[in-house]
Amino acid sequence: MAILDARNVSIRIPTEDGIVHAARDVSFKVEAGELFGIAGESGSGKSVLTQAIMGLLPNADIFGEVLFQGRNLLKLTEKEKRAIRGAQIGMIFQDPLSSLHPYYTIGSQITEMIHTHENVSRADARKRAIDILGRVGIPAPEERFDSYPHQFSGGMRQRVMIAMALVLNPPLIIADEPTTALDVTVQKQIIGLINDMRRERGTTVIMITHDLGLLSSIADDVMVMYAGNRMELGPSRTLFREPAHPYTAGLLNSSPANYTPGSDLVPIKGRPPSLLQPPSGCVFAPRCSNFMDICASRRPPLRIFDDGTQALCWLEGGPATPATVKSQVAAAPETNAGGERERVIVARDVRLSYNTGGLFRSGKKLDVLQGIDLDLFKGETLGLVGESGCGKSTLARVLAGLVPATEGSVTLVGRSIASLNAAEWREMRKRVQLVFQDPFGSLNPRRRVSSIIGDPFRIHNICSGKECKQAVQRLMETVGLNPEHYNRFPAEFSGGQRQRIGIARALALNPDLIIFDEPVSALDVSIQAQVLNLMRSLQKELNLTYLFISHDLSVVRHVCDRIAVMNKGRIVELANAEEVYRSPRDPYTRTLIDASMHPRASGDTAERRLIKTIPGEAA
Amino acid sequence: MINFILKRLGFAALILVVLSAFVFFLFFVAPGDPARMIAGDKATETQLVQIRTNLGLDRPIHEQYVSFVGKALQGDLGFSYRNQQPVTKLIINRIPATISLVIGGVIFWLVIGIPVGIMSARHPGSIRDRVGQGFILLGLSFPTFVLGMLSLYVLYFLPKQAGFTLFPAGGYKSFTKDPLIWAWYLFLPWTTLALVTAAIYARLTRGHLLQVMGEDYIRTARAKGLSERKVLFKHGLRSTLTPLVTQLGADIALLLGGAIVIEQVYGLQGVGALAVQAVKNQDRPIIIGVVLLGGFFIVITNIIVDLLYAVLDPRVS
Amino acid sequence: MSATNTETGFPQAGAVVQRGPLELTLRRLARDRASLAALGFIILLVMFALCAPLIEGATGHSAIEQYRTTGLSEMGLPVVPNSEFVLGTDHLGRDVLVRLAYGARISLLVGVLASLAAALIGLTVGMIAGYVGGATDTVLSRVMDLVMSVPFLLCALALVSVFGPSLGLSVGVIVFFSWTTMGRVIRAEVNSLRKREFVEASRSLGAGPVSIMLRDILPNLSVPIIIYTTMMIPSAIVFEATLSFLGLGIVPPTPSWGGMLADAAANSVYLVAWWLVIFPGTALLLTTLSFNILGDGLRDALDPKARPIRLVKKVRKADKA
Repeated sequence: MAILDARNVSIRIPTEDGIVHAARDVSFKVEAGELFGIAGESGSGKSVLTQAIMGLLPNADIFGEVLFQGRNLLKLTEKEKRAIRGAQIGMIFQDPLSSLHPYYTIGSQITEMIHTHENVSRADARKRAIDILGRVGIPAPEERFDSYPHQFSGGMRQRVMIAMALVLNPPLIIADEPTTALDVTVQKQIIGLINDMRRERGTTVIMITHDLGLLSSIADDVMVMYAGNRMELGPSRTLFREPAHPYTAGLLNSSPANYTPGSDLVPIKGRPPSLLQPPSGCVFAPRCSNFMDICASRRPPLRIFDDGTQALCWLEGGPATPATVKSQVAAAPETNAGGERERVIVARDVRLSYNTGGLFRSGKKLDVLQGIDLDLFKGETLGLVGESGCGKSTLARVLAGLVPATEGSVTLVGRSIASLNAAEWREMRKRVQLVFQDPFGSLNPRRRVSSIIGDPFRIHNICSGKECKQAVQRLMETVGLNPEHYNRFPAEFSGGQRQRIGIARALALNPDLIIFDEPVSALDVSIQAQVLNLMRSLQKELNLTYLFISHDLSVVRHVCDRIAVMNKGRIVELANAEEVYRSPRDPYTRTLIDASMHPRASGDTAERRLIKTIPGEAA
Repeated sequence: MINFILKRLGFAALILVVLSAFVFFLFFVAPGDPARMIAGDKATETQLVQIRTNLGLDRPIHEQYVSFVGKALQGDLGFSYRNQQPVTKLIINRIPATISLVIGGVIFWLVIGIPVGIMSARHPGSIRDRVGQGFILLGLSFPTFVLGMLSLYVLYFLPKQAGFTLFPAGGYKSFTKDPLIWAWYLFLPWTTLALVTAAIYARLTRGHLLQVMGEDYIRTARAKGLSERKVLFKHGLRSTLTPLVTQLGADIALLLGGAIVIEQVYGLQGVGALAVQAVKNQDRPIIIGVVLLGGFFIVITNIIVDLLYAVLDPRVS
Repeated sequence: MSATNTETGFPQAGAVVQRGPLELTLRRLARDRASLAALGFIILLVMFALCAPLIEGATGHSAIEQYRTTGLSEMGLPVVPNSEFVLGTDHLGRDVLVRLAYGARISLLVGVLASLAAALIGLTVGMIAGYVGGATDTVLSRVMDLVMSVPFLLCALALVSVFGPSLGLSVGVIVFFSWTTMGRVIRAEVNSLRKREFVEASRSLGAGPVSIMLRDILPNLSVPIIIYTTMMIPSAIVFEATLSFLGLGIVPPTPSWGGMLADAAANSVYLVAWWLVIFPGTALLLTTLSFNILGDGLRDALDPKARPIRLVKKVRKADKA
């Protein structure tokens, strides 16, 4: 029997700008004991859907019905809903730091859960809380019971959240992006923990994530959402092998993890529609590679296949381009042509340390970089990989000359950074450019795109007026932006477009080196692929040298010639990309690769047959 | 922790030094001869010289300041120019009225302000929120003395004209003699003070609560199945305590140093009224004394607030 | 590869009309009736103050002359509002209406001047403290803490007792004790802005600190500057009125609202002449209220994040079950 059965759920959220259609006619069934995955990019409505079902969005209007163990959650009184929350359905949220109350001890936050639903003594509650804390892998739970959330690391906090969700042993747990805020190696542990716990206790888990790869290894069934619509639903083994919906196929194709290195990704063009005015036909139609005329005008029908897969699409037999298509392997530039190649960066024994003490106290010395040796050759892309806090971003800034190293030497395009005077330093700014992670943060919200991209020209007095405008428009064209939009503000562009603006700015002065600091981490997969492709084509065209910083090994592997793996301020491994990937020598590298791989459930896919079609307008 | 306390104590001392130096040097450079103020217009030159020597006014300024600070530390703030009484005694006589005013005012404004803020934040955009916001705006805009004068007119004068006494016109009656009379005399000052100040607290509570109620940990609390009441009072209000305590400390400190306007309107013989009178009489030792007293209260409450902060917020260590 | 869908041949789904920030702000403000009313009142008040000489001419009464024969009753008490003295007279037989008009000049002048000056000082100090950071920040922040924790009314008393009351001193005192609010807000803003990536981007392009402060940071401060300057005006007006009320502000017989209320309070004259407190009191209240409402409205319009989403009337749930 299905533990959760959602039928035709629609959600509308009134806002100042209009009504947001966060979900439209979404139905799904979660069987007891399974791990049900809900995947989708930001804005797909996946989180809103579950929160609305739980009654956590008081502003939203919800239609349809959601049966939990036979009772319609949407019809329950507030009191009945409260009895279910926590006791019957546990929740785990994305950011474990902000999701725990900073002023209460973690112990009291867990016992509060127990006292809310059960009439037990304080000592009993404490015992149970300590017990569950131990089970989720908190060392010395007895002592940590009275600790505050800020005294834990991110991974440990998420364990506390899991303990809190599990303590009453609810039959269903909803995990909303439980690992997104965590490092890959920790991610792996948390996913493992959730999986163990559900097997041990027979708990049903609904896992919401933007990371399709994550679901491929653990989910039994997967639902793919897009712009509030359920695009595809089916068993995960067939869904990943043979997606029935073009959107799912597109998502899989955009992910660098599924690709041969050096080849171009096949991104989904365009960007998601506004939820204020969803298109009348298929929501995905404008971006779909299998677009037909009927898609734009009429809501697609629901196709049900014999293997349990369902897709909301006008196509009868799944997308025309198979998901497993591999584009031709581009002739990757020969990377190890020997030492004669020109070096853009030569770094020797670079060290950086901060004093953490205050003005009066002599505090501890914090060694951020502990002896880095690095060469970057002209025309190559060097990937710098590591988890948060390993010093990779700091290293990038040291190499760019923005932060002086405490010890060691950095030579940039033949000049030692330490020896530059102020004017030379300014001149050096033209040779090295940075592209930042957050396309929202790296563009001044109060300035027009023309002045943002034209900033390098202004700062270095290169051109002005009309000449400058033309240069800016040329740059916008180069990175695939409409040059007519030069007068707009950054807020009027989407995330991917903003990252293009950042790249255009970096290109303005024909630099020798561009440093990308997590350039695609804040972007959705389909947009990520667009930006990565742009970077590659620009590099080929303009013979650029890239230093590419990322925490995501699959992205780095896709774009880089060589990879340097960083851990705790050191480079632990540096070799050709494929070499690092295939035969990692350092144990840390192995852990990283291990953690970022998601082995797919194996099994054969039988020929799929369409067994039923429900017209879209009727649903 | 010890480091933290030492730092705060250092800042406290700095406030006192700056304040005392400010007023002291201010009066030193000011026009007017203190000796003549003390002795009056008819005094002879020898009398003036005599007074200057007695008070040490002929010594260099820094010496005078050091000796002033030294005496002040022992509680000796000098003598009033006007009636030669010790300043310390004059101020101490006025403290009960001011403290009475502040205690009642604080209770009144907390009791009014925080519930209004909660009511307003609970259902943003609702009628109740609008009423709350109206109260806030009105309270923030009402000049204290205008509200005081209006209250006196409506609650004292009009009933009196009609032939009965609802509230007295003002003045201070000792608490020890009759607490009821004490409260009756102070009721109008309390409400006046409370109404204008409560608005600040209502706005603070509303603003922080709205912000806090949007936090992820509130969502967690709801996901636990807690009642909305418990979510609001246990999880939401807990986080607004810290800004409230900070504001309360600052307000109490400021008022203890003289609730000048209220005392003036209601004819309360408090510290503030003493200061206004001293300014009109050019009685400088009293002004210095009152300013220092104000600084003293500020320093004390600052330290208390800091300690409370460390108790309230586990992240402060 | 921009988001246009020319290839597929139909208009982009959900193309929301893009509006400039200024237009959005004005639209939000125009929807806010309270703010519009407040703005209307402020405009009227400014006109009232500007027209003070005209009112003087029309009534034939000077602001400071005492009309002992017509303006005082036989018992020497003020006269009730009548055809000659539209808003009555005060205890010295002066015309309340004319004094109110000239008092408006003082209030607005002090309020606006002091706020602008305080805003400018606060902005400068806040920006330097926030941008430079380090020891400079520590010192400037301590100075702000110090000024904020000083009992300001007491210090104002001390200053006035030394230098004697005057308009200039009033403005000076108000500025001195109110720039810190702006300073703190700006400091905090700049401190967080300076860590934003677009500042780092500018720096990595070779922009100097002055260029970054003026071109990158300052435009992002426009919202707090506008809001806090507007909010400072009513406090400055009340501050001035309070000083005058205590007899430490504008020197009589120059009319000021605080002074008029002080005259009314002296010997409790207002108990027998309600117009002496109602007119200047209401004028003062409405002025501060208007500026406060306008400030709130501006904040909501300029910075919609600070405002909770207004609950739009719930769409009636269509029961499908």
